[in-house]
Amino acid sequence: MDNILVAKEVSKHYGRHTALNKISLEIPENSIYGLLGPNGAGKTTLIRIINQITHPDSGEVLLAGQPLHPKHISMIGYLPEERGLYKSMKVGEQVLYLAQLKGLSKNDAKQRLKFWFDRLEIGDWWNRKVQELSKGMAQKIQFIVTVLHEPKLLIFDEPFSGFDPINANIIKDEILQLKQNGTSIIFSTHRMESVEELCEYIALIHKSEKILDGRLSDIKKAYKNNVYKVGLESGQGEMILRGLSNKFQIISSHYSKAERQLDFTIQLPSGDTRNILTQLAAKGNINNFVETIPSASDIFIQTVQGKNKV
Amino acid sequence: MNKLPLIVKREYLAKVRNKTFVVMTFLSPFLMVGMVVLVAFLTKVNDSDQKTIGILNESKYFLNDFHSTESVSYVDFKDIGLQEAKDSVAGMGFYGLLYIPKESGLESVADHSFFFTNDSPSSSILDRLERVFQDRLRMGKLQQLGISSKEFEEMDQPFEIRTANFDGQRNLKGINEIKALIGGGFGYLIMMFIIIYGGFVMRSVIEEKTSRIIEVIISSVKPFQLMMGKIIGTSLAGITQFVIWIVSGILLLAVSIYVFDIDLGVGAGPSLASGDVSNMMATPTHDTMQLYAAELLKIPWGTLVGFFIVYFILGYLIYSSIYSAIGAAVDNETDTQQFIFPIIMPLMLAIYVGFFSVFNNPNGPIAVAFSLFPLTSPIVMMMRLSGGIGGSGVPAWQLIASILILIGTFIAIVWLAAKIYRVGILTYGKKPTYKEMLKWLRY
Repeated sequence: MDNILVAKEVSKHYGRHTALNKISLEIPENSIYGLLGPNGAGKTTLIRIINQITHPDSGEVLLAGQPLHPKHISMIGYLPEERGLYKSMKVGEQVLYLAQLKGLSKNDAKQRLKFWFDRLEIGDWWNRKVQELSKGMAQKIQFIVTVLHEPKLLIFDEPFSGFDPINANIIKDEILQLKQNGTSIIFSTHRMESVEELCEYIALIHKSEKILDGRLSDIKKAYKNNVYKVGLESGQGEMILRGLSNKFQIISSHYSKAERQLDFTIQLPSGDTRNILTQLAAKGNINNFVETIPSASDIFIQTVQGKNKV
Repeated sequence: MNKLPLIVKREYLAKVRNKTFVVMTFLSPFLMVGMVVLVAFLTKVNDSDQKTIGILNESKYFLNDFHSTESVSYVDFKDIGLQEAKDSVAGMGFYGLLYIPKESGLESVADHSFFFTNDSPSSSILDRLERVFQDRLRMGKLQQLGISSKEFEEMDQPFEIRTANFDGQRNLKGINEIKALIGGGFGYLIMMFIIIYGGFVMRSVIEEKTSRIIEVIISSVKPFQLMMGKIIGTSLAGITQFVIWIVSGILLLAVSIYVFDIDLGVGAGPSLASGDVSNMMATPTHDTMQLYAAELLKIPWGTLVGFFIVYFILGYLIYSSIYSAIGAAVDNETDTQQFIFPIIMPLMLAIYVGFFSVFNNPNGPIAVAFSLFPLTSPIVMMMRLSGGIGGSGVPAWQLIASILILIGTFIAIVWLAAKIYRVGILTYGKKPTYKEMLKWLRY
């Protein structure tokens, strides 16, 4: 698969502060890519470089195989973290203006705006001033402005902050629809759990450096450590636990004699679960048996701690 | 596609649709003309208030020295006592009573004279009375030295040195001042425009920052384009406002002069005639008036307006780029104070230097230096330029040098301002310092 965006050893310094240290990324076309890391890690700087708001001190960024060029601006849709609108301008005028800045002609912009306004059911806002809108309403407008010129690459910085759950879902669905239509999407956020389910690929950025990147499922496979959560219905919980702890490492456990319910977390030596399942099945009804897959933020913490140890 | 016109258009519309702006545009001419009408009216009322002063003269001096004028009239009391005179002055509502006692000798009389009033007397009235005494005393002294009163009057003849340039054409005294005043008017216009609309540019930058739209915009256009679009759009709005002001101001003034029957000379006339300024243009004869008019027509208006446009554009661009850099560096308007003062200072300096230095000596070293220094040259050079180019006016090389320096500065300042702007607009929550801004220049 082709990459929509490739970053090669991109570095950026502000005075003595290093914002990005030789970051390399490959973002496959038509994927959802999560750029994850805590605040101040350098995500926004990287995004600004992709948007040509700032320029890297060294390194190179290729968009669709070509070094960044002003003409690429119209291929990118960017919803920044610090986003807003002209308060005293009317909604319609404002979106037309912003669309024209992205290179759309006035007529094209009008047609597409009509489509989007209908789709998000905000058609009657056209002549209202932005200052009359609620925050959620303004966010919808900003979303439309971001996607209106049908960019090949969409970049959302902290996409769901400020959205109420209903609007967040609407926008999420729209983004997935755009992906279906072939758009590549970058999510940048420090709230990793908010985008985890959407991302196919992630990169973890920490203190200006990339510490990990790749396909999310691969990363999870690599980071899973054969820990399982088990629920078992049995009146002999204590005995079962004692028997298991001889052979395996029990991480935590809870047994309620009255309810005949034993819950525990267990670390298995390998990914082979058949053996233990047969053993357990002989002792009682198994309510659940789930492999605990590490979340992106677990992986992040684990990686950061691992790095710090070295 | 060039996006600059789009930005200019938006900035222009955003400005001219702004309610405060619209109100100011249409209200200001009324306010200004209203002020003129009010001042003229008040002056008229003031002048029509003639003060009456009673004089009780028991001496043999000063018998024919007090002449009634438009603003003061004198009433002589005869053969009554001081107390009676005081009573009648109070009874008739006179302004005051001048008492000249019977003494031997002029000086003694003068020494013992009194002026009685209810309130503390106005200084203009006192001046008037004192001048009569002074003249009379001086004349008395001179008479003692054997000079007749006729000779004394001749001695007091006003004298004006006749001036001419080397071509033998008659030069007019005060014409330099008048010319500089006209140039100063242009310079003043530049200063006002910079301060008003530079401030608008700055506030508009701050608005984009606080409304957080800035990053959306500069992901579509270059910060420099946005900055220039803002400056141009705002200045076009400013020019629109100025044109409306001038046109409607002139119309209104014409109408109100017609309606209220105001003599605009009223305000200027009396104060000029009585003040020391009058010595400069004491009773200009018809002949000299014509010369002044001819001289004013000779002012190179074309050159003046042409260079006004050049200096106006360059000066405004320089200053408004600085204003936009400041706007970008701060988070709110209260933080701008510390940066505004250094901008206003050269402008003020230019005006003061202009009025003090250029008026006296349009080609003196100070005038030349300030008309070359780029932050003051738009104003100071305009003042000098009313004298024309070459000859007795501004040497051509100075004009060219000044414009070249201005263009060079313009490029440098816009470049620096754009750098500060670029970093500043994306910086939130930091109270900017000069040190910080210097650092931004290296980013």
